[in-house]
Amino acid sequence: MAYSQKVIDHYENPRNVGGFDKDDPSIATGMVGAPACGDVMKLQLKVGANGIIEDAKFKTYGCGSAIASSSLVTEWVKGKSIDEATLIKNTDIAEELALPPVKIHCSILAEDAIKAAVADYKKKHSS
Amino acid sequence: MNYFELYNLPAQFEIDLDKLKQHYQTLQKLTHPDKFASASEQQKRMYLTKNSQVNDAYSVLRMPVARGEHLLELRGIELANEQDTVGDVGFLMEQMEWREALEDADSIKVLEQLVADNHKTIQKQEYEIAQLLLKNTESDNHEAAQELRKMKFMIKLASEIDSKLERISDVS
Repeated sequence: MAYSQKVIDHYENPRNVGGFDKDDPSIATGMVGAPACGDVMKLQLKVGANGIIEDAKFKTYGCGSAIASSSLVTEWVKGKSIDEATLIKNTDIAEELALPPVKIHCSILAEDAIKAAVADYKKKHSS
Repeated sequence: MNYFELYNLPAQFEIDLDKLKQHYQTLQKLTHPDKFASASEQQKRMYLTKNSQVNDAYSVLRMPVARGEHLLELRGIELANEQDTVGDVGFLMEQMEWREALEDADSIKVLEQLVADNHKTIQKQEYEIAQLLLKNTESDNHEAAQELRKMKFMIKLASEIDSKLERISDVS
């Protein structure tokens, strides 16, 4: 199967690989996994006091499309508020990376990772 | 279609794999299209359909995850869509650690240890799934479906360990 140029670019030069201390109150951590292909994705957001995402890092074990989807998302969320970040749709990711239908679940994984991270942040700050 | 019935096996998770193989070979012979060269077109089509059912059923019954899912389907349990993501953080953290260990593994010895650990985990999962499916209550069946989803991660991991082991063995 042929990967698009954008997928290859993100796969070969992934942006923002790594992680933050998950116990830091300003860090939101989202973990998700796709049973169909065994992919695991960790997305972490560094959220400022004003609710704006200052930085993002990811670590993904999976195929090229899963890595590209998470890499792209770390670029997209920066500068957005956490609520704006949850508006990113898997279809936007799939379109940007020109993912074929069999790889759509990789973009869903990335969307769910954002939602999981934001939920983690809200949970941390609810009490 | 009930694959257990087709193979004359009890509809349960733990099956006799030798018996399954024997029945497969018998059913293969009985339905093999080559045997019916002189049959009518209609009969040939019928045997062809039967033959592909025999093959489909075999590929499902011989693999634990597929067998478990088939059993749950027969029990009317709706299985989660493949696109549904898993959100069990503890489990996913463990998966992350497995992947990191695999990434760091740089010798045949370390990889063989991973194979052994992975195998042990899968056996444990299989045992737990068997217990849940044996109880066969609504909640146990749902839990079994969850455990089957988790087992898929371990099986995927097993194949990744194997391919890294192959690569390293080729070099040395």
